[in-house]
Amino acid sequence: MNRSLVLFAVFALVLALLPWVGDNHVVQQASFVCLFCALALSWNIIGGYAGYPSFATAAFVGLGSYAGALLQNAGWPMVAAWVGATVVTGAFAALLGWGLLRMKGHYFAVGSISIVEVLRLVASSWSGLTGGGEGLNLPILPGGPAFAGRVFFYALFAVMVIAFAMTVLVHRSRLGFGLQCIQQNEDAADMVGVDVVRYKTIGFTLSAFLCGTVGAISASWTAYIAPTDAFSILMTLKVPVMVLLGGPGTLLGPVVGATSFVLIEQTVWSRFLDYNQAALGIVVVLLIFFLPGGLLGRLRRPSRKTAPAPAPSSAPAALGRQPTPQGEGS
Amino acid sequence: MVYLQVLVNGLTLGALYACLAVGFSLVWGVLNVINMLHGSMIILGGYLTYFAWLHWQVHPLVALLPVSALLFALGWALQAGMVNRLVQRPVLTTLTLTFGLDLILYNAMNVLFDATPRRVTLDLGTLVLGDVVIAWDRVVAFALALALTALLYGVMRSSRAGRAIVAVRMDRDAAALMGIRINRIYAATFAIGAGLAGACGALMAMVFPVTTNLSGLLLGKAFVVCVIGGLGTVPGALVGGMALGLIESLSGHWFGPQNAVLIGFVLMLGLLMTRPTGLLGRRGYE
Repeated sequence: MNRSLVLFAVFALVLALLPWVGDNHVVQQASFVCLFCALALSWNIIGGYAGYPSFATAAFVGLGSYAGALLQNAGWPMVAAWVGATVVTGAFAALLGWGLLRMKGHYFAVGSISIVEVLRLVASSWSGLTGGGEGLNLPILPGGPAFAGRVFFYALFAVMVIAFAMTVLVHRSRLGFGLQCIQQNEDAADMVGVDVVRYKTIGFTLSAFLCGTVGAISASWTAYIAPTDAFSILMTLKVPVMVLLGGPGTLLGPVVGATSFVLIEQTVWSRFLDYNQAALGIVVVLLIFFLPGGLLGRLRRPSRKTAPAPAPSSAPAALGRQPTPQGEGS
Repeated sequence: MVYLQVLVNGLTLGALYACLAVGFSLVWGVLNVINMLHGSMIILGGYLTYFAWLHWQVHPLVALLPVSALLFALGWALQAGMVNRLVQRPVLTTLTLTFGLDLILYNAMNVLFDATPRRVTLDLGTLVLGDVVIAWDRVVAFALALALTALLYGVMRSSRAGRAIVAVRMDRDAAALMGIRINRIYAATFAIGAGLAGACGALMAMVFPVTTNLSGLLLGKAFVVCVIGGLGTVPGALVGGMALGLIESLSGHWFGPQNAVLIGFVLMLGLLMTRPTGLLGRRGYE
């Protein structure tokens, strides 16, 4: 636990100093690292701790980017628009969680994927508000690309640090323990007095609201959003894969996974543009067969006493394993 | 009567949806695996049919059989080689694996065939029944989609393999104790799902332009059909498919085609939250 904090502090310090030593390209890469670390840390709360296979990340990112863009175009200052987008996304997730978390396993996975589709379709057909398929333009931050790049880097950096702090708090609190109980066996957790519905809803909301912030920041960063980019189905897969790569249900796993994923993507795959998706697919397949516990699971021996950190290979029967998913009767 | 036309359109579409989803539903119900490859497999079937027609003038109805046999083999290989090893893992693992495989297949098709929409044009003319007009190729696709679904129903009902699949779906462990080789049944089920996807792709290519960009949309429709009709049964997929076809054609008529897809999804989410077993609401034992 404490070692994780120190390691993260070192990592954050190195990242924070990069803009002083690196050029614009380095800052951009570092921004991507922060962006995906924040998303992966967020996803880890519901996917890693509670074990609910959510594929709704892109829905929250897209919603946040549209909310931020609309607020900014309505004349809000940039940072206020980011905060507004965060609130909107958090409220949406809390409401959505109430309905979505009644499902389990595959149903939850399918439900969460279709949220992305539904929002994308709404964004493209509600052209009066969202500009439809043409997308929306945002005001460009004055001060030149070098300055803007650094502003957005530090904004994303701050979101990443908040996401990590949130993970630490969850990890140490009753909430984190309760979520892990839900992952192990939801019915049993319910029976021993964990308020399952409340814990899951809180976990789901926590895993979503920072995605909204990230979406709003990246909308301001690119100064243009369109439905297919904002609600990208690839993004919704990439984030869980990053967490699986690092090690789900751990503090550092999402950070390790997201950072290595972004670095691999930027250095190797950008050379094979035509085969980008296939390369991601191959990584996914290799990851699932050869690194089931993630990079951290490979490095550390399972006997370490601190982390309960269930790896997916040892993950409990609570999800998908039962032959009769929720409500199917018998 | 414009509604009669809308109704007929909905039913012809619905038969295709049923055929599209029945394999997916079987795999989900029996293996408890969501096959994210399903959409791309349909597209692959469509492309193979198209190129057979373009280069060798093979009639799509003739191509149907070898195309689905090819996809059957592909499905068997994938299941026996990869998915079977992970079938007991949590949802996230199997879903991510098939998602990854889908990315590979999708990318490969984009590189090999590029994403231009292509369609087999047979020019069979139209069938006029009173006020209702239907293209003949749609009628053929409708009939064949129903025939394929009925064929699967017959196989599930009266063949040894079909009974074994149903037994595994009902209770995997008990089926294993009765001497059923689970892994082979899983492979057979996955292969049947893939073969049906191929056949459906061949039918699709006669009616709609086929492009890789459709694969996600088709997969989404398979989700919706499964949720409306319930998992793993042939009648469920048929009811779900017909329902979705009618819903889409009616809501397309009222609110415009763009919103038809949206309404399908919203309906599915509503159903998932209230009746996760689907409209038929029980496990079938056909």
